[in-house]
Amino acid sequence: MSARDAILNALQQASAIRISNGDTIPERPSFKVMHRDYQGHRPLSQQLESMISKVKGEVIRTSQGKLDETVQAVLREKNIKRLLLSPESPYIQSFDAFLDETRLYDEAIENWKSELFNDIEASITSTLGGIAETGTLVLWPSVSEPRLMSLVPPIHIAILYESQIQPTFWHFLRHQKWSEGMPTNALLISGPSKTADIEQTLAYGVHGPKELVVVLVEEESEE
Amino acid sequence: MPVHHFIPDDSLVDSLSDDLSSPLKLYPSKPKKVYVFGTCLVDLFYPEAGMSGVLLLEHAGVEVLFPQDQTCCGQPAYTSGYKEEARSVALAQMSLFNEEYPIVVPSGSCGGMMKMHYPRLFEGTEYDQQAQEFSERIYELTDFLVHVCDLPLVDQGEQTKIALHTSCSSRREMKTTDSGKALLKQLKNVNLVEPEKVTECCGFGGAFSVRHPEISNAMVKDKLDHLSNTKADTFLSSDCGCLMNIKGAAEKDKSALTLRSGEHLLSFVARRVGLIEGGSE
Amino acid sequence: MNTTTDPFQERSEAAVKDKKLRANFLSAMNGLMEKRDLAFDDKTQLEALRILGAQVRQNSLVKLPELLVELETKLIQKGVQVHWAQTPTEAVDIIQSITLKEKATKIIKGKSMVSEEIHLNDKMEQIGVECLESDLGEYIVQLAKETPSHIVMPAIHKNTAEIADLLHEKTGIERKEDALYMTEQARLQLRQNFMEADIGLSGVNFAVAETGTLCLVENEGNGRLTTTVPKTHIAIMGIEKVVEKLEDTAPLLSLLTRSATGQPITTYFNMISGPRKEDELDGPESVHLVLLDHGRTQMYQDDELLDTLRCIRCAACMNHCPVYTRIGGHAYGFTYPGPIGKILMPHLEGLDETQSLPTASSLCGACAEVCPVKIPIPDLLVRLREEANHPNAQSSNVKGAGVKRRGMEPVIWSMWRWWHQGGTRYRLMTTTLSRLRFLQPGTLSPWTNTRTLPKLAKKTFHQQMNARAKK
Repeated sequence: MSARDAILNALQQASAIRISNGDTIPERPSFKVMHRDYQGHRPLSQQLESMISKVKGEVIRTSQGKLDETVQAVLREKNIKRLLLSPESPYIQSFDAFLDETRLYDEAIENWKSELFNDIEASITSTLGGIAETGTLVLWPSVSEPRLMSLVPPIHIAILYESQIQPTFWHFLRHQKWSEGMPTNALLISGPSKTADIEQTLAYGVHGPKELVVVLVEEESEE
Repeated sequence: MPVHHFIPDDSLVDSLSDDLSSPLKLYPSKPKKVYVFGTCLVDLFYPEAGMSGVLLLEHAGVEVLFPQDQTCCGQPAYTSGYKEEARSVALAQMSLFNEEYPIVVPSGSCGGMMKMHYPRLFEGTEYDQQAQEFSERIYELTDFLVHVCDLPLVDQGEQTKIALHTSCSSRREMKTTDSGKALLKQLKNVNLVEPEKVTECCGFGGAFSVRHPEISNAMVKDKLDHLSNTKADTFLSSDCGCLMNIKGAAEKDKSALTLRSGEHLLSFVARRVGLIEGGSE
Repeated sequence: MNTTTDPFQERSEAAVKDKKLRANFLSAMNGLMEKRDLAFDDKTQLEALRILGAQVRQNSLVKLPELLVELETKLIQKGVQVHWAQTPTEAVDIIQSITLKEKATKIIKGKSMVSEEIHLNDKMEQIGVECLESDLGEYIVQLAKETPSHIVMPAIHKNTAEIADLLHEKTGIERKEDALYMTEQARLQLRQNFMEADIGLSGVNFAVAETGTLCLVENEGNGRLTTTVPKTHIAIMGIEKVVEKLEDTAPLLSLLTRSATGQPITTYFNMISGPRKEDELDGPESVHLVLLDHGRTQMYQDDELLDTLRCIRCAACMNHCPVYTRIGGHAYGFTYPGPIGKILMPHLEGLDETQSLPTASSLCGACAEVCPVKIPIPDLLVRLREEANHPNAQSSNVKGAGVKRRGMEPVIWSMWRWWHQGGTRYRLMTTTLSRLRFLQPGTLSPWTNTRTLPKLAKKTFHQQMNARAKK
């Protein structure tokens, strides 16, 4: 018998005995405790900002109209010269003036691994949304924004729309019906990479980004 | 699989009080009579604690019944993994308390055994139902005095500072940690202090202290330090196991002088209100 | 009393006497307990969440055989290769054959306790394949040629000075007692390895049957690098880690991170549902999942022991355990230390090999009180003690049952039963004892090595109550 069959047989036999003893399959539990009152976009974004700040994430608020300007200011302030962008990024042209290079993630990683690991200083990605309760960004990496964009460069700049913030992870899953189809990789990111493995001393930037900058686009209608 | 007995129904959640140390505890109104289950440690080593409990109950106007054939709750065999042996002894106890009166126990640990573990011990046997009903009548004695008897205490003792050791079974099984405090707070000349790491085990654990003496000793030594650091005149416990362990260690430890006079909470209270005389045992 | 030398006894005795070790654990555990307490500020909500967490895990276990098949089907649909192993040897064989097929020489590892359970690193080294740990704590432990002493914080037994010595000696960096400096150096040392490794090997925190998703919880980003950069990703998990629905991960994640380190969430929650698609530019080209039994189906046979499988490996039980705090993780001598180890290892290695573990507890209940999925650990310890004394080992499902049913102990408990079963004989004995109290021995090793014995009372409680009744 294969290991698979042996394991499944053992489990199924135990289940069969339980059912013959009168056990029934329980119903799905109530997720009542996961509910939170919906508080509107502004309080949610404030909660997200407060939570992400606690783990050294920076939040910069802006509006749709001033978005380009804000991102440029971040690049200047951090003195970023080599930036990684999605080939579909709206910023490809506009940053030429003050960047040495904008690298587009337009070929398979195998072809330029060393450059990504050693040369790129920062990346800009979009986000699918945010989670207020935990100060979290939700990313679904894709063909145009691959997985390593948000992981390898020392500075990760993420664009988050205030209207895309949900109170909790559970709300996010429900609201966007994730269970109907998952991408190859989905990510929750809450701050820059960190560790406390040396005598519980918190140290940022161990393997992933050392800095996480969230550019939070506020909804103009609420202004 | 069914009803899993360890996971309460979600509907319980709404009725949980903010104070989780006493969720959903139900008490009877003050009865005319109660049974006392003395416990074997009280019987052999700390009878004064048992007598004090009886006197306090009577002081509250409750008549005490003491079935003479009672012996031990069965916990030593149970926690050592001798279930059959524990069951025989437990069954002998269950047959002695036949009237519907509450059964009060001057020990969180033995109370915890009878309240929480008898149902598990007899699960699936012909005594299942009997064990359930029996366990529902079990109360820890200080808890019973506070919540059922509403006993007014008049302190007759001198000013003193007391550290209270609360046992793991009173905390986590009987949920009666606050009752000892409530009783002592009625004594106006008693200054009650809480030691550091009050929720941590003293290291007794029955057979554990003999099987793994080096770990148990490390635990009781830390407990002595925490109790001594309060600079209290003495310490109290409402569990004889903890008392034996901590007091026994204090008697061997040069730095824990004041803890040597540690005693059972019930003896202390009974003396403070003039129900018994003299110093501690 | 078992008087033969017991390796657990020896190790724990040595650990208790090691002042530096005890100080390291005490300060670490104090910190973790405080952080957890602050993270669950609303105790009513905590209790409700624990109930949900327990229900979610329990329901998934009830449906375990079906969910494993569903998980397998969904993963295969997405191009993940699924392997099954009954024993550690089978799991190692599977990983070795993948390695040989890929002609791999270097594996970079994310944190995985199951890989510790099967002693993977040693086994791979035997066929000339290097396994390099990339979680900082695991990296430190590997450099020291040790095993993790804690399942979440593997190097918690070492203080900063000891780690500074180690990194200086093993990697040649300057010796600086500075966690930030050492972390930065480890980053530099490991970066190159992420790029070079042929295979990334990780554990799994939750596997979602509904969507065929492997979830990993981590802070460092090494887990994401491990599962994204090398061209092959091998994930290994115990068969119990499956949950039914994607939404089940929400309460479990919230319970896990807060119970473990007091964080509302970890930096990364990485959900993997398949290898790189044809048009994607990164991610592994192939993903393998190894499902390991190793004693888990044994637990599954029993309605009570089954609860052990609810565990989500947060380590709160060890953080709050007065025994673990005093002896540290290595003294247990097995992969999983602390309270969870005491109820898990007997199934993985047999009660005959692990018989001291269930006894090494005062049953104080601190573990069960903090367990995010409400595993009744003390009850399970008592149950395993019962199994160790099982009078008829053949009828027990537990490997090694009945191991302690020998010598004088069962006889003593039979006598104890006889004595306590009848009121008359009990009173005769106790009255006699108290009359002979002057004969009471002053020493009863090992109790009296550090404690005095309480004195027998002049008159028992029974005698005093009887005397009152006659008045």
